[in-house]
Amino acid sequence: MENLNTTPLTGWHRGKNAKMAAFAGYDMPIQYEGIIAEHNHTREAVGIFDICHMGEFSLRGAGAKAALGALVTQDLDTLAPGKCRYGFLLNESGGVLDDLIIYCLDVDDYMLVVNGACEAGDFAWLSAHLAKGPQLTNISPKTGKIDVQGPKSLEAIKAVLGSDFQSPGYFNFVRTIWQGEPLLVSRTGYTGELGYELYLDSSLALPMWEALIAHPLVKPVGLGARDTLRLEMGYPLYGQDLDTEHTPAEAGFGPLLGKKTPFTGQDALANVRQRLIALELPGRRSARHYDLVVLPGGEEVGVVTSGSFAPSLGHCVALAYVRADVAEQEQFSVRTQRGDLEARRAALPFYAKGTARMKLV
Amino acid sequence: MIPKDLKYAKSHEWAKIEGDVATVGITHFAQEQLGDLTYVDLPKVGATVTMGAEMGSVESVKAASELYSPVSGTVTEVNAALENAPESINQEPYGAGWMLKVKLSGPVDGLLDAAAYEQVCAEEAH
Repeated sequence: MENLNTTPLTGWHRGKNAKMAAFAGYDMPIQYEGIIAEHNHTREAVGIFDICHMGEFSLRGAGAKAALGALVTQDLDTLAPGKCRYGFLLNESGGVLDDLIIYCLDVDDYMLVVNGACEAGDFAWLSAHLAKGPQLTNISPKTGKIDVQGPKSLEAIKAVLGSDFQSPGYFNFVRTIWQGEPLLVSRTGYTGELGYELYLDSSLALPMWEALIAHPLVKPVGLGARDTLRLEMGYPLYGQDLDTEHTPAEAGFGPLLGKKTPFTGQDALANVRQRLIALELPGRRSARHYDLVVLPGGEEVGVVTSGSFAPSLGHCVALAYVRADVAEQEQFSVRTQRGDLEARRAALPFYAKGTARMKLV
Repeated sequence: MIPKDLKYAKSHEWAKIEGDVATVGITHFAQEQLGDLTYVDLPKVGATVTMGAEMGSVESVKAASELYSPVSGTVTEVNAALENAPESINQEPYGAGWMLKVKLSGPVDGLLDAAAYEQVCAEEAH
């Protein structure tokens, strides 16, 4: 292995004979018992994911809200302490530098959660473009992150944190103390199921992981199933479905971009050249990243950015950027190495039975 | 782990030769490398297959891969159950996950025995 970073859990994964691969510069588990079994377990019970490779930044101090608000699509005026929000960091042309969740910890005190592969670039961009005043700190090295996802995830969380733990609402979070150190628990995730993301001191990542895995409904889930779970929801993956060549408006996030106060890249959002569309393929043969999308007449109009067999649906699904003027068409073909596959435009999410927003009593 | 009564190709297909008929599939090592299979494309009954030539393909959640025939002859039977249950190949690569029966066009030569194939796997695993 070529100088890969490790997480506090890498040794655990290797001890379980997980299939490992490089991801975002880290030695990460792709699967343990199998992608489909792990996918299904997350839809039915609880999967836990080592997400320590992702980046976390702290931005705090007078002026933090205004400085950050000028660089991201999130409206921080309506983001109160205890809430978090998904959005984008854009370059001047509106291209997506990263997608990120911003946590409002307190007035002028934020945590930014960014993609592992974008961490260094984001930090440099923010350092160069943030208005002077608030302090930006990369807290990734001392921050562990474990995702707990699945319809029974609250049971597993309560088994570890105590039965009196109260679930925050969707895209809200709570802060507590676990084993003497701060623990942040947000009701967020990347699977479409009820779930939580846990942020804690990296020294406690392994004890937390082992405490969760002791619950009978919990299994470890690798990045393979994380990808099929997110794709069934139509959640984009940075580097495939989001990149600097496309704006978030083109990626289908228009409704998240209506902030009134100005931010970098805002002026470029009106020009929609391509659109990210959802495609359903009737069979088991999958479209893959980089396959061409063509109209029934054979004209090339776009390219697949994500594609996989969808275990919860029994057929294949894909996301693809196509020319904006044909994005409303219903029928496409995907040109694979082994011939053309029929594809029909679909609505998102592909998988509509996710429990992410379920009401908890 | 590697059945003694089968013959193997370096490209990780197996053949069980009984008289002039061979049953063909992919090995445990192959299915483990591929991961969960989601799609199998096999030749039709009556098609001709040639040792070492492409006979079809499989797809897993992560990738697509070619299949190479370990024998030469005419396909007499295809395991139709794999179309909707390719996971049988993961679960029982030498049993329910068999792919084809082939009427051999001549004597089979050039396949590995279990011991030699085990060596191939050991080398590829490192």
